[in-house]
Amino acid sequence: MEAQSLPAALALVAGGGAGLSPERQAALGASLPLVQRDYRFERVWFWGCIQGVRGAYYIAEGLGPDRAAPRSRLYSLNCLDWSLLTPATKEMLALAEQVKGRFQGDPSFEYSLSEINAEAHSVYNTEVVVSITEEARLIATVELIDREVGIVPRGAFVKTPLGSVYENRHFEGLSLVEAKKLSSYFHFTEPVNLKNKTLLEKADLDPSTDFLDSLEHDIPRGSWSIQLEKGGTVVVLRSLLWLGLTFYHVPMTKQFGYVYFGTGEKNLDLPFML
Amino acid sequence: MDQSLGLDSSQEPESADPQDAYERGHGPYQPHEPGYGLDHPGYSPYEDEIPDPQARMLAIKNAKAYLLKTSTKSGLNLYDHFANILTKILDEQPTNTVDIIENISKDVKWAQFRKKMDTLRDEHSIPPTFEAAEKYKALFVKEGGEEEPDDLEDEMGQPSLPNVMETAFYFEQAGIGLNKDESYYIFLALKNLINIRPIQTCRFWGKILGLEMNYIIAEVQLQEGEEDEDIGEEGEEVLGEGEKEGEAEEEDEQKEKEAEPPKSTYKPPPEIPKEENGTGTNKYIYFVCNEPGTPWVKLPPVTPAQIVCARKIKKFFTGRLDAPVVSFPPFPGNEANYLRAQIARISAGTHVSPTGFYQFANEDDEEDEGADTYEENPEFEPPPVAEMVESLATWAHHVKGILKQGRCVWINPSQKSEEDEDDEEEEEEEGEEQQEERGPALLTLISEDEGMKDIPAWTAQASTDLIPRYSVAILQSNRWPGAYAFASGRKFENIYFGWGHKYSPESHTPALPPPVQAEFPSGPGITETVDPTVEEEMAFKAAQEDALAETEEEEDEEGEDD
Repeated sequence: MEAQSLPAALALVAGGGAGLSPERQAALGASLPLVQRDYRFERVWFWGCIQGVRGAYYIAEGLGPDRAAPRSRLYSLNCLDWSLLTPATKEMLALAEQVKGRFQGDPSFEYSLSEINAEAHSVYNTEVVVSITEEARLIATVELIDREVGIVPRGAFVKTPLGSVYENRHFEGLSLVEAKKLSSYFHFTEPVNLKNKTLLEKADLDPSTDFLDSLEHDIPRGSWSIQLEKGGTVVVLRSLLWLGLTFYHVPMTKQFGYVYFGTGEKNLDLPFML
Repeated sequence: MDQSLGLDSSQEPESADPQDAYERGHGPYQPHEPGYGLDHPGYSPYEDEIPDPQARMLAIKNAKAYLLKTSTKSGLNLYDHFANILTKILDEQPTNTVDIIENISKDVKWAQFRKKMDTLRDEHSIPPTFEAAEKYKALFVKEGGEEEPDDLEDEMGQPSLPNVMETAFYFEQAGIGLNKDESYYIFLALKNLINIRPIQTCRFWGKILGLEMNYIIAEVQLQEGEEDEDIGEEGEEVLGEGEKEGEAEEEDEQKEKEAEPPKSTYKPPPEIPKEENGTGTNKYIYFVCNEPGTPWVKLPPVTPAQIVCARKIKKFFTGRLDAPVVSFPPFPGNEANYLRAQIARISAGTHVSPTGFYQFANEDDEEDEGADTYEENPEFEPPPVAEMVESLATWAHHVKGILKQGRCVWINPSQKSEEDEDDEEEEEEEGEEQQEERGPALLTLISEDEGMKDIPAWTAQASTDLIPRYSVAILQSNRWPGAYAFASGRKFENIYFGWGHKYSPESHTPALPPPVQAEFPSGPGITETVDPTVEEEMAFKAAQEDALAETEEEEDEEGEDD
């Protein structure tokens, strides 16, 4: 969610019971503008908070002129001092998917995973003990969450013919009818399914606004819960795949955003729970 | 320059052409000046483009007529459209208009369409927003006439409304809780509940999220003697009897028709009875509603079978109390029962209070029997917040843990079966003697809670490190993510915000179906023999006849002897 509209946005997301204490909110209000100044970001988003066993990580993202470019991520343990995280690499993602259990709360904690080297032509089945630090796991987890469940409403961003993506200043918000449909929300990441659409579907698309994957065909079906809260004034989408990710949008206004408050673990039991 | 001369030349025919103004202003040129002869019609520098002011006017008129041409498809014309766009832009004055001009154009067209197509008056559609707002407004109605503002003393039976806003304030210090509006609506909804039902104590238990709707849950204790019997229970009993009668009739019919198959000796394991209302898992009664303002619904009491099954399944709540719970092992009940079972498990696992706040009524009774009753300790001295955060021994459970059987107090199921009338084979006790289960005693410290792998069961934090004097001790449960407790001086409270599931480090593995039942072992007693073939039968018959013939001969011989 936008750093400037943080208090109002947190009030809208609080239906799930998770939020920030006044101390943290005040600290964010003071430190995020400084982050914007120091790193020269155009926009700063407060991404959320991953709760570890002994402490919590607060994550912020900074965006440059092209909103769809890879975002810089920063983390903090107290909402005041922010450290930049390196971009996620494929190895980090692969390793982090194997780590199970809660985050510890200490960025230098090492998880040791033993991988069994199962190559056919190796004589010994060597058990290679690979370790991954909690910081790398954090980077990978944030990247995965953004990739899989980071969403924006349709029409909120436009793509110029040159390829760069901007906020659509003409976006007045989804109507109440549109807001209840999953097809009005897009994953804000590189599209995967777009190419696979039939020509008939593609003909109806507007290339300036429909350049991302919609939520309709997410697997497994039903992994999003849409609710109208606060008496129907806010549309809240909660992801069931990553429990804790909440997206809010006030229909017919420009307010929208998503935030993650949770333990940073994927809900692999989802198919059993539906 | 002589002005009069300039005026003379203005006798030329009037035209709107701005070029004419220049020509008039300069007046007639002398032959030696450049520009001589240009003011005469036919000699201006723009001759080849617009030969004639008249023609220029005509060209303008043609262009305007073209712009005014109505489109055959939409009934709009470009002239009006441009006029509207420019009006809108000049009214709103957006920045970088040239970048969004296409969108503005689209919007103007869209607005045009809406107005023109509605020949009938718009039906005033009431979006659901306003209905919900009506419901919230209804919460604010103050009950009139019955309150006596003088009467501030707590009488016996005067229900105590919990101070939800105060609790919300303390939890907010930790970043937990709903936003203030929703907390206040819940406050008012609880007040309504107390006015409707005969309630002794009431507490806001928490909020459980669901797929379509959420649940707001209140934990109450009804006044003594006011508990209404659950109609559902009686209905169940009636059903059971009806079924048994039906079975008896069928058996009689079968006896008449054919030899009945052997009766099965299977006796289902005796059903463990649920605990009485007011004790154990059913100590409190729970009311739920979807949103503050919707009517409160009472949840049925929980049975041990439901708790045992709820431990094995993991399902999201949909938000509708009558939704079926499709799972394996099949859950005995619908979503209301599943919700009640999860509430019981969460309460038993995570309701804590500072150690020493509650004490046993009788010092001697620390066994299972009398340990349901506890009372507040008047001599309780709250330890400082720092100590409450440091050591988990300063917190204790005040709800009894649930045993594996699904109850808080163990009961021997085989004892119950002797009293059952339907059992014909009472003497055979199926299975082994079940061992009496003992759970942790009532006020155990939470430091005794086991963690999972390397994660402790509880995480304790202070709400703020910067101002330790006013910080609040916060406890988060790691076994039930979403369960929180706070303590500050003599005040403490538990609450739950979450999806209603237990945390397990490993993935949830559903129960496997039971193994295939073994067939009856085949032995000589039941193995069918092969039917004899025709030849064998003939041979047997021949052999029999031979044997008969022999005996006849013997008899004849004997007969002849006499």
